[in-house]
Amino acid sequence: MSTPAPATARESSASLRGSRAGSAGDSIFSGLALASAVVILLVLAFVAIFLVSEALPAIRPGADLDSPVDSFFEYVWPLMAGTVMAAIIALLLATPVAVGVALFISHYAPPRIAKPVGFVIDLLAAIPSVVYGVWGWLTLAPLMVPIYGWLNEHLGFIPFFAGAPTTTGRTLLTSGIVLSVMVLPIITALCREIFTQTPILHQEAALGLGATRWEMIKMTVFPFARAGIVSSIMLGLGRALGETMAVTMVLSGGIFSWSLIQSGRNQTIPSEIALNFPEAFGMRLNELIAAGLMLFIITLAVNMIARAIVNKHKEFSGAN
Amino acid sequence: MSKRIQANDVDVYYGTFKAVEGVNIDIAPRTVTAFIGPSGCGKTTFLRSINRMHEVLPGAHVEGELLLDGENIYASNVDPVRVRSQIGMVFQRPNPFPTMSIRDNVLAGYKLNGTRLSKARADEIVETSLRGANLWNEVKDRLDKPGSGLSGGQQQRLCIARSIAVQPDVILMDEPCSALDPISTLAVEDLINEMKEQYTVIIVTHNMQQAARVADKTAFFNIQGVGEPGKLIEFDETNTIFNNPSNQQTEDYVSGRFG
Repeated sequence: MSTPAPATARESSASLRGSRAGSAGDSIFSGLALASAVVILLVLAFVAIFLVSEALPAIRPGADLDSPVDSFFEYVWPLMAGTVMAAIIALLLATPVAVGVALFISHYAPPRIAKPVGFVIDLLAAIPSVVYGVWGWLTLAPLMVPIYGWLNEHLGFIPFFAGAPTTTGRTLLTSGIVLSVMVLPIITALCREIFTQTPILHQEAALGLGATRWEMIKMTVFPFARAGIVSSIMLGLGRALGETMAVTMVLSGGIFSWSLIQSGRNQTIPSEIALNFPEAFGMRLNELIAAGLMLFIITLAVNMIARAIVNKHKEFSGAN
Repeated sequence: MSKRIQANDVDVYYGTFKAVEGVNIDIAPRTVTAFIGPSGCGKTTFLRSINRMHEVLPGAHVEGELLLDGENIYASNVDPVRVRSQIGMVFQRPNPFPTMSIRDNVLAGYKLNGTRLSKARADEIVETSLRGANLWNEVKDRLDKPGSGLSGGQQQRLCIARSIAVQPDVILMDEPCSALDPISTLAVEDLINEMKEQYTVIIVTHNMQQAARVADKTAFFNIQGVGEPGKLIEFDETNTIFNNPSNQQTEDYVSGRFG
Protein backbone atom coordinates (compact mmCIF):
# COMPACT_ATOMS: atom_id res chain seq x y z
CA MET A 1 0.00 0.00 0.00
CA SER A 2 1.38 3.38 -0.95
CA THR A 3 0.64 6.55 0.91
CA PRO A 4 -2.82 7.97 0.27
CA ALA A 5 -1.53 11.42 -0.76
CA PRO A 6 -0.59 10.58 -4.40
CA ALA A 7 -3.93 8.88 -4.89
CA THR A 8 -5.77 12.02 -3.84
CA ALA A 9 -3.63 14.10 -6.16
CA ARG A 10 -4.38 11.75 -9.05
CA GLU A 11 -8.05 11.90 -8.28
CA SER A 12 -8.24 15.68 -8.24
CA SER A 13 -6.27 16.03 -11.47
CA ALA A 14 -8.56 13.46 -13.05
CA SER A 15 -11.58 15.58 -12.13
CA LEU A 16 -10.03 18.49 -14.06
CA ARG A 17 -9.60 16.32 -17.14
CA GLY A 18 -13.12 14.90 -17.20
CA SER A 19 -15.96 16.88 -18.70
CA ARG A 20 -18.43 18.81 -16.61
CA ALA A 21 -22.05 17.71 -16.49
CA GLY A 22 -23.96 19.61 -19.19
CA SER A 23 -21.10 19.68 -21.66
CA ALA A 24 -22.97 17.13 -23.78
CA GLY A 25 -25.59 19.80 -24.50
CA ASP A 26 -22.84 22.10 -25.67
CA SER A 27 -21.49 19.65 -28.23
CA ILE A 28 -24.99 18.65 -29.37
CA PHE A 29 -25.88 22.26 -29.97
CA SER A 30 -22.71 23.09 -31.86
CA GLY A 31 -23.31 19.97 -33.95
CA LEU A 32 -26.86 21.09 -34.72
CA ALA A 33 -25.70 24.57 -35.66
CA LEU A 34 -23.05 23.15 -37.96
CA ALA A 35 -25.56 20.77 -39.55
CA SER A 36 -28.00 23.62 -40.23
CA ALA A 37 -25.27 25.66 -41.88
CA VAL A 38 -24.22 22.72 -44.03
CA VAL A 39 -27.82 21.97 -45.06
CA ILE A 40 -28.36 25.57 -46.19
CA LEU A 41 -25.20 25.48 -48.28
CA LEU A 42 -26.13 22.11 -49.76
CA VAL A 43 -29.61 23.26 -50.74
CA LEU A 44 -28.19 26.38 -52.33
CA ALA A 45 -25.59 24.31 -54.16
CA PHE A 46 -28.20 21.87 -55.48
CA VAL A 47 -30.40 24.71 -56.73
CA ALA A 48 -27.41 26.32 -58.42
CA ILE A 49 -26.29 23.03 -60.00
CA PHE A 50 -29.82 22.31 -61.25
CA LEU A 51 -30.16 25.81 -62.71
CA VAL A 52 -26.80 25.74 -64.44
CA SER A 53 -27.09 22.22 -65.84
CA GLU A 54 -30.63 22.75 -67.12
CA ALA A 55 -29.81 26.21 -68.45
CA LEU A 56 -26.63 25.24 -70.31
CA PRO A 57 -28.31 23.84 -73.44
CA ALA A 58 -30.05 27.20 -73.96
CA ILE A 59 -27.13 29.45 -73.04
CA ARG A 60 -24.55 27.55 -75.14
CA PRO A 61 -23.52 29.56 -78.21
CA GLY A 62 -25.26 28.24 -81.33
CA ALA A 63 -28.05 26.64 -79.33
CA ASP A 64 -31.11 25.80 -81.39
CA LEU A 65 -33.55 27.98 -79.49
CA ASP A 66 -37.28 27.50 -79.45
CA SER A 67 -38.01 31.23 -79.42
CA PRO A 68 -37.57 33.12 -82.69
CA VAL A 69 -34.31 34.79 -81.66
CA ASP A 70 -30.64 34.39 -82.62
CA SER A 71 -29.21 33.98 -79.14
CA PHE A 72 -30.39 33.34 -75.63
CA PHE A 73 -29.20 36.77 -74.56
CA GLU A 74 -31.45 38.40 -77.13
CA TYR A 75 -34.36 36.51 -75.61
CA VAL A 76 -33.54 37.21 -72.00
CA TRP A 77 -32.36 40.82 -71.83
CA PRO A 78 -35.82 42.40 -72.24
CA LEU A 79 -37.05 40.16 -69.44
CA MET A 80 -34.13 41.12 -67.21
CA ALA A 81 -34.71 44.80 -67.96
CA GLY A 82 -38.43 44.47 -67.19
CA THR A 83 -37.73 42.64 -63.93
CA VAL A 84 -35.20 45.20 -62.76
CA MET A 85 -37.38 48.15 -63.80
CA ALA A 86 -40.41 46.83 -61.93
CA ALA A 87 -38.28 46.18 -58.83
CA ILE A 88 -36.70 49.64 -58.98
CA ILE A 89 -40.12 51.30 -59.27
CA ALA A 90 -41.30 49.29 -56.28
CA LEU A 91 -38.29 50.25 -54.15
CA LEU A 92 -38.34 53.91 -55.16
CA LEU A 93 -41.96 54.12 -54.05
CA ALA A 94 -41.75 51.88 -51.00
CA THR A 95 -38.46 52.91 -49.36
CA PRO A 96 -39.30 56.52 -48.41
CA VAL A 97 -42.74 55.50 -47.19
CA ALA A 98 -41.36 52.54 -45.25
CA VAL A 99 -38.61 54.57 -43.58
CA GLY A 100 -41.15 57.27 -42.76
CA VAL A 101 -43.62 54.83 -41.25
CA ALA A 102 -40.86 53.09 -39.31
CA LEU A 103 -39.67 56.43 -37.90
CA PHE A 104 -43.22 57.39 -37.04
CA ILE A 105 -43.65 54.16 -35.12
CA SER A 106 -40.26 54.26 -33.41
CA HIS A 107 -39.80 57.96 -32.66
CA TYR A 108 -42.85 60.10 -33.28
CA ALA A 109 -46.08 58.33 -32.45
CA PRO A 110 -47.29 57.93 -28.88
CA PRO A 111 -47.25 54.21 -27.95
CA ARG A 112 -51.03 53.76 -28.17
CA ILE A 113 -50.96 54.84 -31.83
CA ALA A 114 -47.63 53.27 -32.75
CA LYS A 115 -48.73 49.75 -31.83
CA PRO A 116 -51.84 49.59 -34.08
CA VAL A 117 -50.01 51.24 -36.98
CA GLY A 118 -47.22 48.68 -36.71
CA PHE A 119 -49.78 45.90 -36.54
CA VAL A 120 -51.58 47.07 -39.67
CA ILE A 121 -48.29 47.30 -41.57
CA ASP A 122 -47.40 43.77 -40.48
CA LEU A 123 -50.82 42.64 -41.71
CA LEU A 124 -49.92 43.84 -45.20
CA ALA A 125 -47.29 41.10 -45.26
CA ALA A 126 -49.90 38.48 -44.44
CA ILE A 127 -52.05 39.17 -47.51
CA PRO A 128 -51.46 36.47 -50.15
CA SER A 129 -49.84 37.74 -53.32
CA VAL A 130 -52.72 36.47 -55.46
CA VAL A 131 -54.99 38.88 -53.58
CA TYR A 132 -52.61 41.73 -54.40
CA GLY A 133 -52.71 40.56 -58.01
CA VAL A 134 -56.50 40.67 -58.19
CA TRP A 135 -56.58 44.03 -56.42
CA GLY A 136 -53.99 45.47 -58.80
CA TRP A 137 -55.76 44.11 -61.85
CA LEU A 138 -59.36 44.97 -60.98
CA THR A 139 -59.07 48.01 -58.72
CA LEU A 140 -55.75 49.77 -59.08
CA ALA A 141 -55.28 49.40 -62.84
CA PRO A 142 -58.55 51.17 -63.86
CA LEU A 143 -57.81 53.93 -61.32
CA MET A 144 -54.41 54.49 -62.86
CA VAL A 145 -55.67 54.95 -66.45
CA PRO A 146 -56.49 58.69 -66.16
CA ILE A 147 -53.23 59.28 -64.27
CA TYR A 148 -51.27 57.64 -67.10
CA GLY A 149 -53.13 59.84 -69.56
CA TRP A 150 -52.12 62.91 -67.56
CA LEU A 151 -48.50 61.76 -67.25
CA ASN A 152 -48.32 61.16 -70.99
CA GLU A 153 -49.84 64.54 -71.77
CA HIS A 154 -47.58 66.57 -69.48
CA LEU A 155 -44.42 64.50 -69.12
CA GLY A 156 -44.57 62.61 -72.40
CA PHE A 157 -41.13 63.91 -73.38
CA ILE A 158 -39.62 61.61 -70.73
CA PRO A 159 -39.16 58.15 -72.32
CA PHE A 160 -40.85 56.52 -69.32
CA PHE A 161 -44.14 58.27 -70.10
CA ALA A 162 -43.93 58.25 -73.89
CA GLY A 163 -46.19 56.49 -76.37
CA ALA A 164 -49.94 55.96 -76.45
CA PRO A 165 -51.03 55.41 -72.85
CA THR A 166 -52.82 52.25 -71.81
CA THR A 167 -56.59 51.89 -71.74
CA THR A 168 -56.58 49.00 -69.26
CA GLY A 169 -53.96 50.27 -66.80
CA ARG A 170 -52.18 46.91 -66.80
CA THR A 171 -48.68 48.31 -67.21
CA LEU A 172 -45.25 47.86 -65.69
CA LEU A 173 -45.81 50.97 -63.55
CA THR A 174 -49.01 49.49 -62.09
CA SER A 175 -47.10 46.29 -61.37
CA GLY A 176 -44.37 48.34 -59.69
CA ILE A 177 -46.94 50.07 -57.50
CA VAL A 178 -48.48 46.74 -56.46
CA LEU A 179 -44.99 45.41 -55.73
CA SER A 180 -44.20 48.49 -53.65
CA VAL A 181 -47.18 47.79 -51.41
CA MET A 182 -45.99 44.21 -51.07
CA VAL A 183 -42.41 45.10 -50.08
CA LEU A 184 -43.52 47.94 -47.78
CA PRO A 185 -44.09 45.76 -44.68
CA ILE A 186 -40.73 44.01 -45.10
CA ILE A 187 -38.75 47.24 -45.20
CA THR A 188 -40.89 48.89 -42.51
CA ALA A 189 -40.64 46.04 -40.03
CA LEU A 190 -36.85 45.79 -40.31
CA CYS A 191 -36.27 49.54 -40.21
CA ARG A 192 -38.53 49.90 -37.20
CA GLU A 193 -36.59 47.24 -35.30
CA ILE A 194 -33.29 48.91 -36.05
CA PHE A 195 -34.51 52.43 -35.33
CA THR A 196 -35.74 51.42 -31.88
CA GLN A 197 -32.35 49.86 -31.16
CA THR A 198 -30.47 53.13 -31.59
CA PRO A 199 -28.72 53.60 -28.23
CA ILE A 200 -30.55 56.11 -26.03
CA LEU A 201 -27.10 57.33 -25.03
CA HIS A 202 -26.40 58.64 -28.53
CA GLN A 203 -29.84 60.11 -28.94
CA GLU A 204 -29.45 62.01 -25.67
CA ALA A 205 -26.01 63.18 -26.74
CA ALA A 206 -27.56 64.81 -29.79
CA LEU A 207 -30.50 66.27 -27.85
CA GLY A 208 -28.12 67.54 -25.15
CA LEU A 209 -26.20 69.47 -27.80
CA GLY A 210 -29.40 71.24 -28.79
CA ALA A 211 -30.59 69.06 -31.65
CA THR A 212 -34.23 69.09 -32.68
CA ARG A 213 -35.87 65.69 -32.97
CA TRP A 214 -35.30 65.54 -36.70
CA GLU A 215 -31.65 66.59 -36.30
CA MET A 216 -31.24 63.96 -33.63
CA ILE A 217 -32.61 61.36 -36.03
CA LYS A 218 -30.27 62.50 -38.79
CA MET A 219 -27.27 62.52 -36.45
CA THR A 220 -27.79 59.29 -34.58
CA VAL A 221 -30.66 57.12 -35.81
CA PHE A 222 -29.90 57.10 -39.54
CA PRO A 223 -26.14 56.58 -39.25
CA PHE A 224 -26.72 53.81 -36.74
CA ALA A 225 -29.39 52.17 -38.89
CA ARG A 226 -27.57 52.63 -42.21
CA ALA A 227 -26.50 49.03 -42.71
CA GLY A 228 -29.90 47.83 -41.55
CA ILE A 229 -31.75 50.11 -43.95
CA VAL A 230 -29.62 48.82 -46.84
CA SER A 231 -30.28 45.21 -45.79
CA SER A 232 -34.00 45.81 -45.47
CA ILE A 233 -34.09 47.37 -48.94
CA MET A 234 -32.21 44.34 -50.27
CA LEU A 235 -34.73 41.99 -48.70
CA GLY A 236 -37.50 44.06 -50.25
CA LEU A 237 -35.67 43.95 -53.57
CA GLY A 238 -35.46 40.18 -53.34
CA ARG A 239 -39.20 40.02 -52.89
CA ALA A 240 -39.83 42.49 -55.72
CA LEU A 241 -37.51 40.68 -58.14
CA GLY A 242 -38.97 37.28 -57.40
CA GLU A 243 -42.65 38.14 -57.08
CA THR A 244 -44.56 36.08 -59.62
CA MET A 245 -48.27 35.93 -59.00
CA ALA A 246 -49.11 39.59 -58.55
CA VAL A 247 -47.10 40.68 -61.57
CA THR A 248 -48.49 37.88 -63.72
CA MET A 249 -52.03 39.01 -62.95
CA VAL A 250 -51.48 42.75 -63.19
CA LEU A 251 -49.11 43.07 -66.11
CA SER A 252 -50.21 42.62 -69.65
CA GLY A 253 -46.73 41.91 -70.90
CA GLY A 254 -44.95 42.10 -74.22
CA ILE A 255 -41.83 43.45 -75.89
CA PHE A 256 -39.34 45.70 -74.12
CA SER A 257 -40.09 49.41 -74.00
CA TRP A 258 -38.84 52.30 -71.90
CA SER A 259 -42.43 53.41 -71.58
CA LEU A 260 -43.96 52.41 -68.27
CA ILE A 261 -47.49 53.46 -69.16
CA GLN A 262 -48.25 51.22 -72.12
CA SER A 263 -49.96 47.86 -72.00
CA GLY A 264 -48.56 44.92 -73.90
CA ARG A 265 -45.03 46.11 -73.10
CA ASN A 266 -42.31 44.64 -70.91
CA GLN A 267 -42.30 41.41 -68.98
CA THR A 268 -40.55 40.14 -65.86
CA ILE A 269 -38.63 36.89 -65.56
CA PRO A 270 -40.80 35.25 -62.85
CA SER A 271 -43.97 36.17 -64.67
CA GLU A 272 -42.58 34.91 -68.01
CA ILE A 273 -41.67 31.60 -66.41
CA ALA A 274 -45.05 31.25 -64.69
CA LEU A 275 -46.99 32.02 -67.85
CA ASN A 276 -45.03 29.68 -70.12
CA PHE A 277 -43.90 26.87 -67.89
CA PRO A 278 -47.07 24.73 -67.99
CA GLU A 279 -46.81 24.26 -71.76
CA ALA A 280 -43.05 24.27 -72.10
CA PHE A 281 -41.00 21.21 -73.04
CA GLY A 282 -37.63 20.51 -74.61
CA MET A 283 -35.56 23.56 -75.45
CA ARG A 284 -38.29 25.96 -74.32
CA LEU A 285 -37.99 24.51 -70.83
CA ASN A 286 -34.22 25.09 -70.89
CA GLU A 287 -34.79 28.67 -72.00
CA LEU A 288 -37.12 29.35 -69.09
CA ILE A 289 -34.78 27.75 -66.56
CA ALA A 290 -31.91 29.76 -68.00
CA ALA A 291 -34.03 32.87 -67.49
CA GLY A 292 -34.44 31.76 -63.90
CA LEU A 293 -30.67 31.44 -63.65
CA MET A 294 -30.34 35.04 -64.82
CA LEU A 295 -32.72 36.13 -62.04
CA PHE A 296 -30.58 34.20 -59.57
CA ILE A 297 -27.50 36.02 -60.83
CA ILE A 298 -29.18 39.43 -60.62
CA THR A 299 -30.20 38.82 -57.01
CA LEU A 300 -26.73 37.57 -56.12
CA ALA A 301 -25.06 40.58 -57.72
CA VAL A 302 -27.38 43.03 -55.99
CA ASN A 303 -26.73 41.42 -52.62
CA MET A 304 -22.99 41.55 -53.12
CA ILE A 305 -23.14 45.21 -54.05
CA ALA A 306 -25.20 45.90 -50.94
CA ARG A 307 -22.67 44.03 -48.81
CA ALA A 308 -19.89 46.11 -50.30
CA ILE A 309 -21.76 49.35 -49.56
CA VAL A 310 -22.32 48.33 -45.96
CA ASN A 311 -18.73 47.19 -45.45
CA LYS A 312 -17.27 50.37 -46.87
CA HIS A 313 -18.46 52.28 -43.81
CA LYS A 314 -17.73 49.56 -41.30
CA GLU A 315 -15.30 51.60 -39.21
CA PHE A 316 -17.96 54.23 -38.56
CA SER A 317 -20.87 51.83 -38.17
CA GLY A 318 -21.17 52.17 -34.42
CA ALA A 319 -20.63 48.46 -33.98
CA ASN A 320 -17.14 49.01 -32.61
CA MET B 1 -20.31 83.40 -21.09
CA SER B 2 -20.92 81.92 -17.67
CA LYS B 3 -24.40 82.35 -16.24
CA ARG B 4 -26.19 82.00 -12.92
CA ILE B 5 -28.72 79.23 -12.26
CA GLN B 6 -31.56 79.79 -9.80
CA ALA B 7 -34.28 77.34 -8.94
CA ASN B 8 -37.46 78.51 -7.23
CA ASP B 9 -39.69 75.79 -5.80
CA VAL B 10 -38.89 73.30 -8.53
CA ASP B 11 -40.85 70.03 -8.51
CA VAL B 12 -39.87 67.34 -11.01
CA TYR B 13 -42.35 64.65 -12.08
CA TYR B 14 -42.30 61.35 -13.93
CA GLY B 15 -45.91 61.21 -15.06
CA THR B 16 -47.83 61.58 -11.80
CA PHE B 17 -44.91 60.51 -9.60
CA LYS B 18 -43.18 63.43 -7.93
CA ALA B 19 -39.48 62.57 -7.99
CA VAL B 20 -38.03 65.81 -6.66
CA GLU B 21 -39.82 68.35 -4.48
CA GLY B 22 -39.38 71.99 -3.67
CA VAL B 23 -35.80 72.67 -4.75
CA ASN B 24 -34.54 76.19 -4.08
CA ILE B 25 -30.95 76.75 -5.05
CA ASP B 26 -28.79 79.59 -6.31
CA ILE B 27 -25.70 78.58 -8.26
CA ALA B 28 -23.21 81.34 -8.97
CA PRO B 29 -21.42 81.68 -12.29
CA ARG B 30 -17.82 80.44 -12.57
CA THR B 31 -18.17 77.92 -9.79
CA VAL B 32 -18.23 74.16 -9.57
CA THR B 33 -21.22 72.79 -7.70
CA ALA B 34 -21.49 69.13 -6.76
CA PHE B 35 -24.79 67.32 -6.18
CA ILE B 36 -24.35 64.41 -3.78
CA GLY B 37 -26.77 62.04 -2.13
CA PRO B 38 -27.87 58.41 -2.02
CA SER B 39 -29.17 56.58 -5.10
CA GLY B 40 -32.68 57.56 -6.11
CA CYS B 41 -32.58 60.88 -4.26
CA GLY B 42 -33.32 62.82 -7.44
CA LYS B 43 -30.00 64.55 -7.99
CA THR B 44 -29.64 63.32 -11.56
CA THR B 45 -33.32 63.99 -12.23
CA PHE B 46 -32.92 67.56 -11.01
CA LEU B 47 -29.72 67.97 -13.04
CA ARG B 48 -31.52 66.84 -16.18
CA SER B 49 -34.29 69.33 -15.55
CA ILE B 50 -31.76 72.18 -15.65
CA ASN B 51 -31.31 71.81 -19.41
CA ARG B 52 -34.77 70.44 -20.07
CA MET B 53 -33.45 66.96 -20.90
CA HIS B 54 -35.79 65.52 -18.29
CA GLU B 55 -38.87 66.12 -20.40
CA VAL B 56 -37.50 63.94 -23.23
CA LEU B 57 -39.02 60.97 -21.40
CA PRO B 58 -42.74 60.52 -22.07
CA GLY B 59 -44.86 62.03 -19.32
CA ALA B 60 -41.95 63.72 -17.55
CA HIS B 61 -42.45 67.36 -16.62
CA VAL B 62 -41.27 70.11 -14.31
CA GLU B 63 -43.13 72.65 -12.19
CA GLY B 64 -41.71 75.81 -10.71
CA GLU B 65 -39.19 78.34 -11.98
CA LEU B 66 -35.67 77.69 -13.23
CA LEU B 67 -33.85 80.88 -14.03
CA LEU B 68 -30.82 81.19 -16.27
CA ASP B 69 -29.47 84.67 -15.48
CA GLY B 70 -32.99 85.69 -14.50
CA GLU B 71 -34.71 84.20 -17.54
CA ASN B 72 -37.13 81.36 -16.80
CA ILE B 73 -36.17 78.43 -19.05
CA TYR B 74 -39.57 76.85 -18.42
CA ALA B 75 -41.50 79.90 -19.67
CA SER B 76 -44.04 78.91 -22.31
CA ASN B 77 -42.27 80.75 -25.12
CA VAL B 78 -38.90 79.11 -24.51
CA ASP B 79 -37.73 76.47 -26.97
CA PRO B 80 -36.10 73.54 -25.12
CA VAL B 81 -33.76 73.08 -28.07
CA ARG B 82 -32.31 76.59 -27.50
CA VAL B 83 -31.95 75.88 -23.77
CA ARG B 84 -29.98 72.71 -24.46
CA SER B 85 -27.64 74.45 -26.85
CA GLN B 86 -26.76 76.96 -24.09
CA ILE B 87 -26.57 74.45 -21.26
CA GLY B 88 -24.26 71.63 -22.27
CA MET B 89 -24.38 68.17 -20.79
CA VAL B 90 -21.84 65.41 -20.24
CA PHE B 91 -23.37 62.03 -19.56
CA GLN B 92 -22.61 59.20 -17.22
CA ARG B 93 -21.22 56.98 -19.92
CA PRO B 94 -19.06 58.43 -22.69
CA ASN B 95 -21.24 58.82 -25.77
CA PRO B 96 -19.32 60.20 -28.74
CA PHE B 97 -21.25 59.79 -31.99
CA PRO B 98 -19.89 56.46 -33.26
CA THR B 99 -20.53 57.28 -36.90
CA MET B 100 -18.52 60.49 -36.77
CA SER B 101 -14.80 61.13 -36.72
CA ILE B 102 -13.19 62.78 -33.70
CA ARG B 103 -13.15 66.08 -35.57
CA ASP B 104 -16.81 65.84 -36.56
CA ASN B 105 -17.75 64.96 -33.01
CA VAL B 106 -16.23 68.19 -31.76
CA LEU B 107 -17.97 70.18 -34.49
CA ALA B 108 -21.33 68.42 -34.06
CA GLY B 109 -22.88 71.33 -32.17
CA TYR B 110 -21.96 73.79 -34.91
CA LYS B 111 -23.41 71.51 -37.53
CA LEU B 112 -26.70 71.67 -35.63
CA ASN B 113 -26.69 75.43 -35.41
CA GLY B 114 -26.32 75.51 -39.16
CA THR B 115 -23.24 77.70 -38.77
CA ARG B 116 -21.07 77.67 -41.87
CA LEU B 117 -17.48 77.38 -40.76
CA SER B 118 -14.42 78.02 -42.87
CA LYS B 119 -11.87 75.22 -42.80
CA ALA B 120 -9.47 77.39 -40.79
CA ARG B 121 -12.14 78.41 -38.26
CA ALA B 122 -13.27 74.79 -37.88
CA ASP B 123 -9.66 73.66 -37.35
CA GLU B 124 -9.27 76.36 -34.72
CA ILE B 125 -12.42 75.31 -32.87
CA VAL B 126 -11.38 71.65 -32.96
CA GLU B 127 -7.95 72.46 -31.58
CA THR B 128 -9.12 74.85 -28.84
CA SER B 129 -11.88 72.53 -27.72
CA LEU B 130 -9.66 69.47 -27.66
CA ARG B 131 -6.93 71.42 -25.87
CA GLY B 132 -9.59 72.64 -23.44
CA ALA B 133 -10.47 69.02 -22.78
CA ASN B 134 -6.79 68.03 -22.40
CA LEU B 135 -7.14 65.64 -25.31
CA TRP B 136 -5.39 67.44 -28.15
CA ASN B 137 -1.97 65.85 -27.78
CA GLU B 138 -3.45 62.36 -27.70
CA VAL B 139 -5.62 62.65 -30.79
CA LYS B 140 -4.15 65.37 -33.00
CA ASP B 141 -2.74 62.80 -35.43
CA ARG B 142 -5.98 60.87 -35.84
CA LEU B 143 -8.72 63.46 -35.99
CA ASP B 144 -10.34 61.63 -38.89
CA LYS B 145 -10.60 58.32 -37.04
CA PRO B 146 -13.90 57.39 -35.37
CA GLY B 147 -14.40 58.71 -31.86
CA SER B 148 -15.51 55.29 -30.71
CA GLY B 149 -11.96 53.98 -31.19
CA LEU B 150 -10.68 55.96 -28.20
CA SER B 151 -10.37 54.63 -24.66
CA GLY B 152 -13.20 55.30 -22.22
CA GLY B 153 -11.45 58.22 -20.55
CA GLN B 154 -10.51 59.74 -23.88
CA GLN B 155 -14.07 59.33 -25.10
CA GLN B 156 -15.39 61.15 -22.06
CA ARG B 157 -12.95 64.00 -22.62
CA LEU B 158 -14.03 64.04 -26.27
CA CYS B 159 -17.61 64.46 -25.04
CA ILE B 160 -16.47 67.34 -22.85
CA ALA B 161 -14.69 68.89 -25.84
CA ARG B 162 -17.91 68.49 -27.83
CA SER B 163 -19.84 70.31 -25.10
CA ILE B 164 -17.41 73.19 -24.68
CA ALA B 165 -16.93 73.62 -28.45
CA VAL B 166 -20.22 75.51 -28.71
CA GLN B 167 -19.26 77.69 -25.72
CA PRO B 168 -22.29 77.05 -23.53
CA ASP B 169 -23.15 79.12 -20.45
CA VAL B 170 -23.42 76.17 -18.13
CA ILE B 171 -22.07 72.62 -18.25
CA LEU B 172 -23.92 69.83 -16.49
CA MET B 173 -22.09 66.61 -15.73
CA ASP B 174 -23.94 63.49 -14.72
CA GLU B 175 -21.45 61.26 -12.88
CA PRO B 176 -18.87 61.88 -15.63
CA CYS B 177 -16.23 59.65 -14.03
CA SER B 178 -18.29 56.69 -12.92
CA ALA B 179 -17.26 54.63 -15.95
CA LEU B 180 -13.61 55.69 -15.88
CA ASP B 181 -10.43 54.34 -14.31
CA PRO B 182 -8.63 56.41 -11.61
CA ILE B 183 -6.13 57.99 -14.02
CA SER B 184 -8.81 59.09 -16.46
CA THR B 185 -10.86 60.31 -13.51
CA LEU B 186 -7.95 62.46 -12.41
CA ALA B 187 -7.65 63.89 -15.91
CA VAL B 188 -11.34 64.79 -15.97
CA GLU B 189 -11.20 66.31 -12.47
CA ASP B 190 -8.23 68.50 -13.45
CA LEU B 191 -10.26 69.56 -16.43
CA ILE B 192 -13.26 70.48 -14.28
CA ASN B 193 -11.02 72.72 -12.18
CA GLU B 194 -9.88 74.55 -15.31
CA MET B 195 -13.37 74.77 -16.73
CA LYS B 196 -14.77 76.85 -13.90
CA GLU B 197 -12.72 79.79 -15.12
CA GLN B 198 -15.11 80.01 -18.05
CA TYR B 199 -18.24 78.08 -17.22
CA THR B 200 -20.72 77.35 -14.50
CA VAL B 201 -20.17 73.65 -13.83
CA ILE B 202 -22.64 71.41 -12.04
CA ILE B 203 -21.59 67.84 -11.38
CA VAL B 204 -23.53 64.92 -9.99
CA THR B 205 -21.27 62.45 -8.23
CA HIS B 206 -21.52 59.42 -6.02
CA ASN B 207 -17.95 59.85 -4.98
CA MET B 208 -17.73 62.17 -2.00
CA GLN B 209 -13.96 62.53 -2.30
CA GLN B 210 -14.51 63.73 -5.82
CA ALA B 211 -17.02 66.32 -4.64
CA ALA B 212 -14.55 67.45 -2.02
CA ARG B 213 -11.77 67.69 -4.61
CA VAL B 214 -13.54 69.57 -7.37
CA ALA B 215 -16.51 71.47 -5.97
CA ASP B 216 -16.65 74.98 -4.51
CA LYS B 217 -20.15 74.34 -3.23
CA THR B 218 -21.97 71.11 -2.56
CA ALA B 219 -25.67 70.31 -2.47
CA PHE B 220 -26.87 67.29 -0.54
CA PHE B 221 -30.09 65.61 -1.70
CA ASN B 222 -31.92 62.98 0.27
CA ILE B 223 -35.00 60.83 0.10
CA GLN B 224 -37.25 59.90 3.02
CA GLY B 225 -38.27 56.49 1.69
CA VAL B 226 -39.40 54.57 -1.38
CA GLY B 227 -42.12 56.44 -3.27
CA GLU B 228 -41.30 59.70 -1.50
CA PRO B 229 -39.91 62.64 -3.47
CA GLY B 230 -36.25 63.57 -3.13
CA LYS B 231 -35.43 66.90 -1.50
CA LEU B 232 -32.53 69.29 -1.36
CA ILE B 233 -31.40 69.02 2.25
CA GLU B 234 -28.46 71.35 2.44
CA PHE B 235 -26.49 73.57 0.09
CA ASP B 236 -23.32 75.26 1.26
CA GLU B 237 -19.59 75.65 0.77
CA THR B 238 -18.05 72.22 0.17
CA ASN B 239 -15.88 72.57 3.28
CA THR B 240 -18.88 73.30 5.44
CA ILE B 241 -20.87 70.38 4.04
CA PHE B 242 -18.10 67.90 4.72
CA ASN B 243 -16.69 69.26 7.96
CA ASN B 244 -19.43 71.17 9.69
CA PRO B 245 -22.85 70.45 8.18
CA SER B 246 -25.80 72.09 9.83
CA ASN B 247 -28.24 69.26 9.08
CA GLN B 248 -28.10 65.91 10.86
CA GLN B 249 -28.93 63.97 7.64
CA THR B 250 -26.02 65.56 5.85
CA GLU B 251 -23.71 64.75 8.71
CA ASP B 252 -24.85 61.12 8.73
CA TYR B 253 -24.33 60.82 4.99
CA VAL B 254 -20.90 62.45 4.70
CA SER B 255 -19.59 60.60 7.72
CA GLY B 256 -20.75 57.27 6.28
CA ARG B 257 -23.28 56.54 9.02
CA PHE B 258 -26.08 56.65 6.51
CA GLY B 259 -28.38 53.69 5.72
